[in-house]
Amino acid sequence: MKTLDIWVIEEKCNGCQLCFKACPYNAIEIIKKKAVIKKENCNLCGACVNACRFEAIFIACKVPLEPVVGYEGIWVFVEQKNGKLAPVVYEIIGEGRRLAQKLGASLSAVLLGSKLEHLVDELKFYHLDRIYLVDDPALSVFMDEPYSFVLSNLIKKYKPEIFLGGATSIGRSLIPRVASILETGLTADCTSLDVDVAKRLLLQTRPAFGGNIMATIICPEKRPQMATVRPHVMKRAAKSSEGKCEIIKEKFAIPPFKTHYLDFIEDIMENVKLEDADIIVSGGRGLGKAENFIILQELADVLGAAIGASRAAVDAGWISYSHQIGQTGKTVSPKVYIACGISGAIQHLAGMQTSEIIIAINKDPDAPIFQSATYGIVGDLFEIIPKLTKKLKEILGN
Amino acid sequence: MNYFLTEEQEMIKNLARKITDEKVIPIRQELDEKEEFPWEVLKVLSQSDLMGLFIPPEYGGFGFGCFEMCLVIEELSRGCGGVAVTFAANALGAYPIFLFGNEEQKKKYLPDVARGKKICAFGLTEAEAGSDAAAIRTSAIKQGNEYILNGTKQWITNGGEADIYTVIALTDKSKGIRGASAFILEKGMDGFSFGKKEKKMGIRCSATRELVFEDCRVPQENLIGREGMGFLIAMKTLDMTRPGIGAQSVGIAQGAFEEALKYSRERKQFGQSISSFQAIQHMLADMATQIEAARALVYAVARFIDSGAKEFSRESAMAKLFASDIAMNVTTNAVQIMGGYGYMRDYPVEKMMRDAKITQIYEGTNQIQRNIIALSLIKEASSWR
Amino acid sequence: MEIIVCIKQVPESTEVKINPQTKTLVRESVKGIINPFDMYAIEEALRLKEKLGGKVTALSMGPPQAEESLREAISLGVDEAILLSDKSFAGADTLATAYTLAQAIKRISQFDLIICGKQTMDGDTAQVGPSLAEKLGIPHVAYVRKINEVKTDSIILEQMVEEGYRRIKMSLPGLITVVKEINEPRLPSLRGKMRAKSVEILIWGVNDFNIEKEKVGLEGSPTQVIKIFAPQRRKKGEILQGDIDSQVEQLVNKLKESRVI
Repeated sequence: MKTLDIWVIEEKCNGCQLCFKACPYNAIEIIKKKAVIKKENCNLCGACVNACRFEAIFIACKVPLEPVVGYEGIWVFVEQKNGKLAPVVYEIIGEGRRLAQKLGASLSAVLLGSKLEHLVDELKFYHLDRIYLVDDPALSVFMDEPYSFVLSNLIKKYKPEIFLGGATSIGRSLIPRVASILETGLTADCTSLDVDVAKRLLLQTRPAFGGNIMATIICPEKRPQMATVRPHVMKRAAKSSEGKCEIIKEKFAIPPFKTHYLDFIEDIMENVKLEDADIIVSGGRGLGKAENFIILQELADVLGAAIGASRAAVDAGWISYSHQIGQTGKTVSPKVYIACGISGAIQHLAGMQTSEIIIAINKDPDAPIFQSATYGIVGDLFEIIPKLTKKLKEILGN
Repeated sequence: MNYFLTEEQEMIKNLARKITDEKVIPIRQELDEKEEFPWEVLKVLSQSDLMGLFIPPEYGGFGFGCFEMCLVIEELSRGCGGVAVTFAANALGAYPIFLFGNEEQKKKYLPDVARGKKICAFGLTEAEAGSDAAAIRTSAIKQGNEYILNGTKQWITNGGEADIYTVIALTDKSKGIRGASAFILEKGMDGFSFGKKEKKMGIRCSATRELVFEDCRVPQENLIGREGMGFLIAMKTLDMTRPGIGAQSVGIAQGAFEEALKYSRERKQFGQSISSFQAIQHMLADMATQIEAARALVYAVARFIDSGAKEFSRESAMAKLFASDIAMNVTTNAVQIMGGYGYMRDYPVEKMMRDAKITQIYEGTNQIQRNIIALSLIKEASSWR
Repeated sequence: MEIIVCIKQVPESTEVKINPQTKTLVRESVKGIINPFDMYAIEEALRLKEKLGGKVTALSMGPPQAEESLREAISLGVDEAILLSDKSFAGADTLATAYTLAQAIKRISQFDLIICGKQTMDGDTAQVGPSLAEKLGIPHVAYVRKINEVKTDSIILEQMVEEGYRRIKMSLPGLITVVKEINEPRLPSLRGKMRAKSVEILIWGVNDFNIEKEKVGLEGSPTQVIKIFAPQRRKKGEILQGDIDSQVEQLVNKLKESRVI
């Protein structure tokens, strides 16, 4: 059996003494503004872990005393479709670079597909140490089997210690398959990453239970440590002026596979379904007329949000009934609900009050919506929303 | 309150509750506004086997009794009285076949009913024969191997939507009600047509139409029982199904009560939840007590019937009478508690109040129920020494 | 067609308890339901069976009370149910789960198609399906929104991707994970419920099928949760002050803090 271990990540600890106060066994000392665990007193109750506000103390079992050796470097998977990079690629390169610097490790990108020279030329400018390129007609369209075959063979050959991919529909289908081949750990849909430099551990934080709980996960014994990263969370990598990076081309004899791509149909059906949307931008009487929903649409487009409306807006004929939220419309529970020019009558609240974050923008400081809002802005939505849209555009890119 | 349901009864109740919560409540307002027949819900009820609840296993059903039917009707009514009456009227139409039909008739019709492939309706009421059911005029004249039906039935629930109709008509006008007989009719028979869909105050998703017979030829094998048994068949059937109206009333009242209770905790006036005001508290307490009393009576009567009782007109009438008066009272007070909001169609209680009203009227007005009860009491007293 | 549906019992409420020692979720105290996404998997399996004949087996791994969820699957029309339950399976991550399920499926041996929900509501990883397919050496297609055509040795599917959908032909046996666009799950039937009450649910422990003990449960899980914490709770009704630019700035920061952007 492996035993539990407790340790403090020094660079995160600021000596605040919260853990010292929480410890019922007098097992923590603060030495030179850092918490130090007296192992002889500690019974691993976890009180300090819960008390720490900086995520600096961890308890885990089966953490090897020595870091796993023989693996080096951080790899990021470059997702591309029809020769175009997925936006998340820039984000994981940015994050990968940050982690690589902390660890003193190299950063490489893995590019799979066919006829990808132009992508190599593009990627060169993103502070990568290496690009692993597998250019093969069998990889021209993404399919789980050939991609997982090539990827796992590359990893077996070059042994990176950390592997990151985007938590997109491709990433979340492909990378579990790769991790399964390699028999290593994989953490899905991470929203924040960090490293424990001393133990060379990737600290992977992700929400679970619909965001009601955050969990920090490690993969202590197996390599590489693999994670998929939620899009739009990490900062994009900055472009450098000089495109310098080593290109390693590889070739594998890809065996025949059992899934065959037939065709792709672009779905022009509809925007995000209201009930499924993570973010809803909703408009009410304050919008004044149908045309003004355009400014909400612009904000929604930037956020990937759906458009909702109060009954007042629907009754006025500004938007169709399918957008109505409230007692007589749909009941929604998104992560973010942005109520614009909605007073917040009891009927409307009935349809959206379980939203995680409610943002209210309204001229009337006494509007009942502010009672339910997480954040409120009292003011003119016609001034505020375009500014918000512009600001978000700058941050999120196109 | 714990009514000590068996495991099976618990199962039936939970299933009906799930259907109500997931498939009825989300669409009830739309059904009501569009006056749209609840085919979607009937499909779910069929898939879930509930359409065959009361039909014996040998005809593809489950052989459950009046009590289990009441459990389902109550749950459905908590969501929508219109859906519930559609379900209940199906049973009402099938009961005569199940209670009085011969083997061939049962074999022919009941399996399809049990599977929900065919829907039933019951035709007794006429324009001039409402409370005075004995005043019916629809005639059925025997001609060779057939009966020729002429006349019009009025306000027939599931009319036009149902496939199978049990219809009471006079085979011998000279004998009055002793000349009435019960027939099985099928949609599509020559000379059998429907009037327009009635526009009702409540239970709007249910279909209510005239059945029109113009020289409609019905094969003699479609006669239920014997000639002259029609009125007895109708009365016995209604005795069986009347607790169902009681259950419908309890369900509607329960639905309205839950809305009012929830609202009273959310609604703030004078700086506090209106549920903190004693005026509201006492109303809620009375409503809950009345509902529980009605439920206890309905359940007791249904169980009495299922125990094999021979004569239960009085008890059956009491259950319907009491529960439906309670439903009207409770739904009215639910609207009152919710004030202006309760009066708006945004909230379901105004619909519940409209739905509740019919329970005091159909399957015998509450005045007729009182007659039945009183007559039975007086008859009983006459046997005293 | 022999179909295996993998389902998981998840807590109905989002209030979750965590064992501070093992850092794994404590499920005993919360009412369990079938993972909502798995309901679509069950429905699709039942529809295929109704169309093509065959058998649907529901497979789950979990504590003994997960048996309830398998009984619910039976009440919907599933023919057979197997629960993998053993103390040593507890605390499994996605890799150990996929391994355990794969070994059980090898014991079942006969199958044409495995259907999983796209992800669970509690774990949200979406990893077990693809990982399981790999362990069984079969192809998989994730995020299936429609089955177009089924032949004895292949199946044509529509896979949801960000910009639309792809049509893919997959050889059988294979595995799919389904999204909720694929169907509308049915409600149980009374007959199903009655059958579910009495039917025997097979319960397999470590000794009932071929497994290496160090590959299951906490022991077999390469990943390990070292900290579970509540995300920052929202403060009630904070009115952002200042001029418009500063209000917008603050709001954007709040959105960043709460990881919306």
